[in-house]
Amino acid sequence: MNGFPGFALRRTVGTLATLLAISVVVYVVFYVTPGNVAQITCGPRCSPVQVQQVADQLRLDDPLYTRYWHFLQGLVIGQDYSTGASVQHCPAPCLGLSYQSDQQVTELILAKLPVSLSLVSGAMVMWLILGVGTGVLSAWRRGRLSERVLTGITLAGVATPVFVIGLVLMIVICGELELLPFPQYVNLTDDPEQWAWNLLLPWLSLALVEAAAFARLTRASMLETLAEDHIRTFRAYGVGERSVIGRHALRGAFAPVIALNANTVGSAVGGAVLTETLFGLPGVGRELVHAVDVVDLPVVVGTVLVIGFFVVIANAVADVLYAVADRRVVLT
Amino acid sequence: MSLVEVRDLSVGFGGLRAVDGLSFSLAKGAALALVGESGSGKSTVASALLGLHRGTGARVGGSVEVAGVDVQRASDDELRRLRGARAAMVFQDPLSSLDPYYAIGDQIAEVYRVHNRVSRRAARARAVGVLDRVGIQDAGRRSRSRPHEFSGGMRQRALIAMALACEPDLLIADEPTTALDVTVQAQILDLLHVLREETGTGLLLVTHDVGVAAGNADEILVMRHGRMVEQGPVADVLGGPAQPYTRQLLGAVPRVDVPRTGDLRVDAPRGVTPGVDSGPAPGSAPGPAPGPAGGATSAGSVPGGSVPGGSVSRGSVPADVVLEAVGLRREFGRGKHAFAAVDDVSLTVRRGETLGIVGESGSGKTTLGRMLVGLLEPTAGRILPGGGVRPDVQMVFQDPVSSLNPRRTVGESVADPLRARGTGTRPFGRSPERTGEEARIRGRVRELLERVGLEGAHYDRYPHEFSGGQRQRVGIARALAADPRVIVCDEPVSALDVTTQAQVVALLDELRRELGLALVFVAHDLAVVRQVSDHVAVMRRGRIVEYGPTDEVYGAPQDPYTRQLLAAVPALDPAVAAARRATRRAARREPAAM
Repeated sequence: MNGFPGFALRRTVGTLATLLAISVVVYVVFYVTPGNVAQITCGPRCSPVQVQQVADQLRLDDPLYTRYWHFLQGLVIGQDYSTGASVQHCPAPCLGLSYQSDQQVTELILAKLPVSLSLVSGAMVMWLILGVGTGVLSAWRRGRLSERVLTGITLAGVATPVFVIGLVLMIVICGELELLPFPQYVNLTDDPEQWAWNLLLPWLSLALVEAAAFARLTRASMLETLAEDHIRTFRAYGVGERSVIGRHALRGAFAPVIALNANTVGSAVGGAVLTETLFGLPGVGRELVHAVDVVDLPVVVGTVLVIGFFVVIANAVADVLYAVADRRVVLT
Repeated sequence: MSLVEVRDLSVGFGGLRAVDGLSFSLAKGAALALVGESGSGKSTVASALLGLHRGTGARVGGSVEVAGVDVQRASDDELRRLRGARAAMVFQDPLSSLDPYYAIGDQIAEVYRVHNRVSRRAARARAVGVLDRVGIQDAGRRSRSRPHEFSGGMRQRALIAMALACEPDLLIADEPTTALDVTVQAQILDLLHVLREETGTGLLLVTHDVGVAAGNADEILVMRHGRMVEQGPVADVLGGPAQPYTRQLLGAVPRVDVPRTGDLRVDAPRGVTPGVDSGPAPGSAPGPAPGPAGGATSAGSVPGGSVPGGSVSRGSVPADVVLEAVGLRREFGRGKHAFAAVDDVSLTVRRGETLGIVGESGSGKTTLGRMLVGLLEPTAGRILPGGGVRPDVQMVFQDPVSSLNPRRTVGESVADPLRARGTGTRPFGRSPERTGEEARIRGRVRELLERVGLEGAHYDRYPHEFSGGQRQRVGIARALAADPRVIVCDEPVSALDVTTQAQVVALLDELRRELGLALVFVAHDLAVVRQVSDHVAVMRRGRIVEYGPTDEVYGAPQDPYTRQLLAAVPALDPAVAAARRATRRAARREPAAM
C-alpha cells in the first residue's frame, strides 16, 4: 500500500509492536526479581495463606511465558480474580490487582490520569508558546542585547530544577502577593474555572523548565534555516523580513520542535513527579513514586506500562505530523 | 540613461577585499557577462547590485545605481521595492534556492504579491502564467508541486519564472546553469535568450564559464582578485585578448572542437615541475594523439575500434590490456523499484592509454567507474583480470575536499594504501623494524608528494591548508601510492577552476606517459574528455551509445545523442554560439526532434 493511508497503517502496526515489546521487558524486569515474588506483591503483612493465594493468581508455578501470556490476556480481554470467597472481575485492559490497597490497578491509574493529563496539556500549550516564541525572538534578534538577555534567561531555565522555580513562584505569587490561592486540585468536570486557576502555577512551573529546551532548539533550527539559500532568494525578491521569518524560517524549524514535543509530552504524563509532589497534585507520577516506595509491584508495572504507552503514542503522532509538515519525508 | 551604473565599487569582508574599485555600466536591454574564477568577486558584485550586503557586516564603498535607485543610499523600503520588481536575481542552485515546504506556484505568487496589490487568486494565476511562459508543461497542475518534485532543469525554469513574474528591467543571473547538465544548460540559456528578445530585459550574467559568456552576452568583463582585468565586446575580448590573464584564462579552457594536442603541459606557472622529460614541445601541431613517450604502445598499435565485447578472446587478456570489462551490469533497488544504473557495458583499457567516459548526470558513469575499481560489485558481467579488490586499479575522486579526512595530515592519507598493504606490523609498539618501516613509508610519501608537484615537507599539513587543485594533487598521490597500473578518475577536475583544471589534467597526462599508466577519465565535460582521451565512450541511461577513438567520435559522431550533446556545448566564438543556437532552435521546432 502506498501513500498516506499505507504509511499510517504501517506506523500503527509498528506502534503496537513497540508496546508489546515494552510490556515484555517490563514484565520480565519486575516479575523475575529475586526473592519471593508472591510475598513482595502481597505486601509485608500478608499471612502465608494470602501469599499462597497471590502465588496461585500470578501462576508462579507456571513457566515464565505462560505467566506472561496470562498477563497479556488480562490486558486484552480482562480476567477474574478470586479473593477467598468472592470473585472479582477485572475488565480489559486489566493491569492486575494491587493486593496492598485491594484495588484494581487500572482503576487506580485511571483515577490519577486526568490529573496528569490536565497538568501536561496545559503546560504543553505554555511551553510551546514560551519556548518557540523565545526561540524565534532570539534567532531574529541574534547578537543584540535583547537576544543575550533572552538566552541568559533560557539558560537559567535549563539549569533550574522545577522544585526551585515552583517553590519561588508559589512563595511570591501565593504567599507574598496573594494573587492566587495555594493550588489544590479541582476536577475539570466539577468546576472548569477553578480547575484552570488552581493549575495555573503548576502549568507555569513545568512549562518554564521545559520551555528552555524548546527555545534553544527553535533558535538553533531557525538560525540554520535562515542561513539557507532559499531565505536569500526571498530577501532578494523584496519579501519583508517579517514574512521571511514567520513564513519561511519558522516553517523550517517546525519538524524538530514536533519531535521534541512528542518526547516531552510522553514522558511528562508519568514523569512530572516533582511538579505533582510540589503542588500536591494526585497524578500518575506521584502514584508511581508511592508504589515504588511500598514495593507494590502490580502498580509499579501498570504505571510504567501506561507511561510507556503515552511515550509511544506521542511519538507515533509526531511521526504523522512530521510527514504532514514536510512532504519530502519518504513515507515508509 | 543606463540601467546599471557602478562606480568604484569595493566590498570588504573582515580583512578581505572581495571587490576592489570596480566600475562598469549596463545599457537598457544590454547583456554583460562578469567572468572570473572562484574568489574573483563576481558573485559579490551581483549581490551588491541588489544591496544584499546590507546588514551582513560587509563594508561597501563606491556607488551602485540600478534602475534609477541609488542602492547605497536607498531606504530599506526603497530597496525592497527594487528587489524582484525592477531587478530580479536568478540563483545558481535551483534546489536550495526555493523553499522546500511550499508549492512552487505559491512561492512565485508570494513574490508577485509583495510588489503588486492583487488578490491571492490573481497572483496564483500570474504564477501559472509565468511558469507556462518558461516552458513548464501543464503549468496549472505543476504549480502545486514542491521543489523536490521538479527536475534540476525545471527548478531552474521555475526560478526564472519567479524572476519574470514582476517584469523586471534587469535580470541578474548568478551562475544560472552551473548545476545543470550540458543539454539542460543549453535549453535554459536558450530560454533566457528568447525571453530577453521578447521583453528587452537587461542581463547581468555571472559565470565562470567563458563559453557560457560568449554565447549569451554582448559585453564581457573579466575579473580577478576583485578587480577588473579587461572589458569589451565579447568578440573583441575573446578574439584578441589584450591582457595576459585573459589569454591565460582562454588558453586553459578545454576546447571541444579542437583535436587533442600531444602535450597538455600548460604555460601557467606550477608549484614544482619535477623531472620534466623531453616530450613534444608545448603547442605542437594539433593532430591525432601521438603515442605516449616511451610507452609500450605506439599510435599505430592502438587498434582503431576497441568495439564493445571486441575481438579479445574471453578469459585470456593480451599483454597491453590492463583492464577489460565484459557485459557489466549493475542494478540498484529491489523488486518493482529495481533499475539498472549500468547495463551491458563492455570496454577495454590499454597500457599507457586514456579512456574517456562521458555522460550527463544519471548516465551511470560513476557507477561504472566504481565497479572498475572494485568499490561496487557488478550484478552481472566480468572484469578482467578478475578478483575482488584490485590494488593495481586506484581511484581519484571528484571532490578533493570531502575525499580527504580533514582531521589527518595529507601525508597520513597518502600513506594509507602503503600501510594497508603493509608488512604485517601493526601500528602498536615501536620495534626496530617498525621504526624502519615507518621511515621507509615516510620517504615514499614524500617522493609521491613531490611527484605530483607538491613538496615533501607538506607531509604534516592538513587538507584545509591546501587549495582545491593542491588537494586534488594529494588525491592523485594517494592513488599512486599503491603502484597501480590503472587510475580511474571520477570527475577529477569538475570542482576546480579552469586554470587549475588545466594543470591537474596536465599532471595526469604526464603521469600516464612517464609511468605507463592507463587512465579511465570519467567526466561530464565533453571538452575536457576530448583533450585527455585516446578513446571515448559516451554513456546514456546506463548504456554506451558510442565508443571509439576520440577524434572519430568527436569529429563524426554517429549516434544522435552524441550529436545532441556536442551541439549543446557552449562555443567560445560568439558567431559559432549564435549558429549553434539557431540549429538547436530549428531542431526544437521539428516535431519529431526527441
